Amino acid sequence: MTPAALVSTRNLRIDVNNRTVLRDVNIDIAPGEIVTVVGPNGSGKSTLLRALIGAIRPADGFVRKRAGLRIGYVPQKLAIDGALPMTVRRFLSLPRRIDNATAARALEQAGVPDLGPRQMADLSGGQFQRVLLARALMERPELLLLDEATQGLDQPGSAAFYRQIEEVRRELGCAVVMVSHDLHVVMAASDRVLCINGHVCCEGAPETVASAPEYRALFGTGTRGALALYRHEHSHRHDHDHDHGHDHEKSA
Amino acid sequence: MLDDFLIRAALAGLGVALAAAPLGCFVVWRRMAYFGEATAHAAILGVALALSLSLPVLPMILTAALIMASAVSALTGRGYAMDTVLGVMAHSALAIGLVAVALMADVRLDLMAFLFGDILAVTRSDLLVIWAGAALVLTLMSWRWSALLAATLNPDLARASGVNPRREEFAMTLALAIVVAVAIKVVGVLLIAALLVIPAAAARPLVRTPEAMAVGATLIGMGSVLGGLWGALMLDTPTGPSIVCVAAFLFSAATAAGALLRKS
Repeated sequence: MTPAALVSTRNLRIDVNNRTVLRDVNIDIAPGEIVTVVGPNGSGKSTLLRALIGAIRPADGFVRKRAGLRIGYVPQKLAIDGALPMTVRRFLSLPRRIDNATAARALEQAGVPDLGPRQMADLSGGQFQRVLLARALMERPELLLLDEATQGLDQPGSAAFYRQIEEVRRELGCAVVMVSHDLHVVMAASDRVLCINGHVCCEGAPETVASAPEYRALFGTGTRGALALYRHEHSHRHDHDHDHGHDHEKSA
Repeated sequence: MLDDFLIRAALAGLGVALAAAPLGCFVVWRRMAYFGEATAHAAILGVALALSLSLPVLPMILTAALIMASAVSALTGRGYAMDTVLGVMAHSALAIGLVAVALMADVRLDLMAFLFGDILAVTRSDLLVIWAGAALVLTLMSWRWSALLAATLNPDLARASGVNPRREEFAMTLALAIVVAVAIKVVGVLLIAALLVIPAAAARPLVRTPEAMAVGATLIGMGSVLGGLWGALMLDTPTGPSIVCVAAFLFSAATAAGALLRKS
């Protein structure tokens, strides 16, 4: 076991409703690294994150966290019931009250400095995700876990969000583990990619994984299979490319 | 002063409203209206048990309510849909309780008082029980408030910040059982859920934070109790249903006011 790891799993097996969803997972997350988790639907990506935060008990093996590890978690989706009135500012104070300066700084870091007094239910998808990010930053995490955080955002929106994550990492120096719903878009800043399909099929630097036979077997070859590495210069909007890209995904 | 039955009735009603309102907010937020209903119906089973075993009524009501709440949680965890489980459990508990009471031929029991409450017959010791229960529930709710709110929003999110959602759920179940036990005398088994849900729902359009909603629900609940009591006295109508009628009226008024507020 890597002694410096923030969180490690060994022989981890997770069962959901008596069905094994993940098995033989051995990973170590080192301080400050960005790890992207990709895999087909139902491959156990979200389950892995939930196991890391302790929401699911392993059927076998274990998850070991460094003592006192501060975790920031951005869930896949968060439906706030219309019956629950909630301002952004109040949301940030859950479950621990925080002072206004801390709240303002977290909103600033997440790129939404002026949203404090707004109702959560009135936010756009992108704003909502950023508020979730701000809340995760509240506890000054050493490990930031994001579950398909760009789901429902358009391409420029996701690009901007990824940029924000890089910035946050630079500022806080936290490790980032993110599940990507878009198999083809993996942050260029990723130090490692974990390709998951019920177990870890392959892992390594983004370029390594893109050319790994296991990855190709899962996601096909050619342009569809290649990891489209998101880079800053590509983040502005190309309406035509954008539409084109979408057609491609549907046929994939 | 406490000799006057009207004063006692008002104090009993206010005590119940005080405990039911903040808890009712969580019942609304977590979409547990029928959970409250089922727990309340289980109370009649508790009454039947207490009578047949010659045990004190209050602890048996508490026990039955807790067992019901735990059974519903356990069953929904096993893949049954929540509303199906509640439909089965709530009505079975009520029916079995009523049949059990009827079978005890030697016991004379004012069933109507348990079903619809008898706030005008509240005694001093009832008052003590109601206010002790209300104090307990309020203490529990304010102690667990933030953690419970986080768990209500999203269990995983709560877990990541070190809150155990199951523990918070249990705190809430406990509070619900206590409210049912103390509210039975005031509004009866059939209308307890109304006192939980209606004031909270009425406060919703007027507020922007969870805390404001709890305070609003408390005020509306207390207003309903006093208004209902006064109306029942003026019109010679049953008190429990009169209280709920006033709450329903306040709900409509608040909804209309909320719509006007948003337009302006």
